[in-house]
Amino acid sequence: MTTARPPSVVQNTGQVMGAGHEPANLGDILERVLDRGIVIAGDIRVSLLDIELLTLKLRLVIASVDTARQIGIDWWEHDPWLSSRARPPVEPGPRDPEEVEASRRPRVAARSAGKERDEYDD
Amino acid sequence: MSTTTEPTGTGVWLHAVVAEGPADRTGITGVAGTPVRTVTGPGLAAVVADAPLTEYGEEALRRNLEDLGWLERAARAHHAVVDALSRTGAVVPARLATVYRDDDRVAAMLAERHDELVGTLTRLTGRQEWGVKGYVVPGGTPRVTEPTGVGGAGAAYLRRRRAQLTAREEGQRIAADAAAAVHTALAGYAVSARRHAPQDRRLSGAPTTMVLNGAYLVERAGLDGFSALAGELADRHPELRLELTGPWPPYSFVAEPTAEPAWA
Repeated sequence: MTTARPPSVVQNTGQVMGAGHEPANLGDILERVLDRGIVIAGDIRVSLLDIELLTLKLRLVIASVDTARQIGIDWWEHDPWLSSRARPPVEPGPRDPEEVEASRRPRVAARSAGKERDEYDD
Repeated sequence: MSTTTEPTGTGVWLHAVVAEGPADRTGITGVAGTPVRTVTGPGLAAVVADAPLTEYGEEALRRNLEDLGWLERAARAHHAVVDALSRTGAVVPARLATVYRDDDRVAAMLAERHDELVGTLTRLTGRQEWGVKGYVVPGGTPRVTEPTGVGGAGAAYLRRRRAQLTAREEGQRIAADAAAAVHTALAGYAVSARRHAPQDRRLSGAPTTMVLNGAYLVERAGLDGFSALAGELADRHPELRLELTGPWPPYSFVAEPTAEPAWA
């Protein structure tokens, strides 16, 4: 690479090339194995709804922490996986249409799942 | 196994589908810690691992997937298999927690989806997924000058506050424009491209906002050019810090491209 300001390059095996910072993080892996890859109906029905219950948590983080706080969800404060990465509260981000839309999806998923319903009822 | 909810016995966890052929898979360990096996169909091989239903059955999975410690271990184990397979040829990764009752059921799936799987493997042969993330660089966007005007301290505060908000919006717009330009350029080089939802800082662990979370399917032979292009784009857009990750198995490209962005 001959440019003055190359991007950091991180190999997903954890091997760092060039001026990299860190190996692939868990978030990178989770967003791939949970949201991508081919969807083939297995025999063990962990329905998409179940998966959404799980990823509801991740999606809220991915979509908008701000929105989550507004609806009173602060589970990450008690979550060992995330609290190790927890940072001071951030300023509210941009409220662009995609972000707002993305933040709605997990709420819809939650509404159809009685288990976490009470967290969302106003 | 008499019913699907039977808590004893062993299920079959699908890691990925590859083209049938001689391949050395010794040393590849499946999700439950035992070596992977293959179930073959015409021209195809499903790479699977035995998965005790006490841990990978319906009820157990429902519980375990909510346990982020368990999820991390399973996700890393699943990814490790897919990644190892991708080093030796084209691979179609299965989404996490695809479990069958037995090998016959896996074989039936291979037969049922044969044409689609063969087509996908052909499309992915010789190509790798690379990720490019773009983060806002603090101070990389212009600052507005202190506004002046009549009025007291309250009015001055409001003016200042409004100017700050305007500056932030302007900064976000500039960063968003740069992210779009970088993505367009990289997509022009790549065989196929996707924009995924940017990760929140709590997930990315990065100090500043992510504005680009792109995935690019790149010919193995074209990696140098792709990497050089990423370097040029980083130079051209000092308002963004670019991070290149990979090679990844083609998780983002097992489905045919659609007109809609994946996260819109």
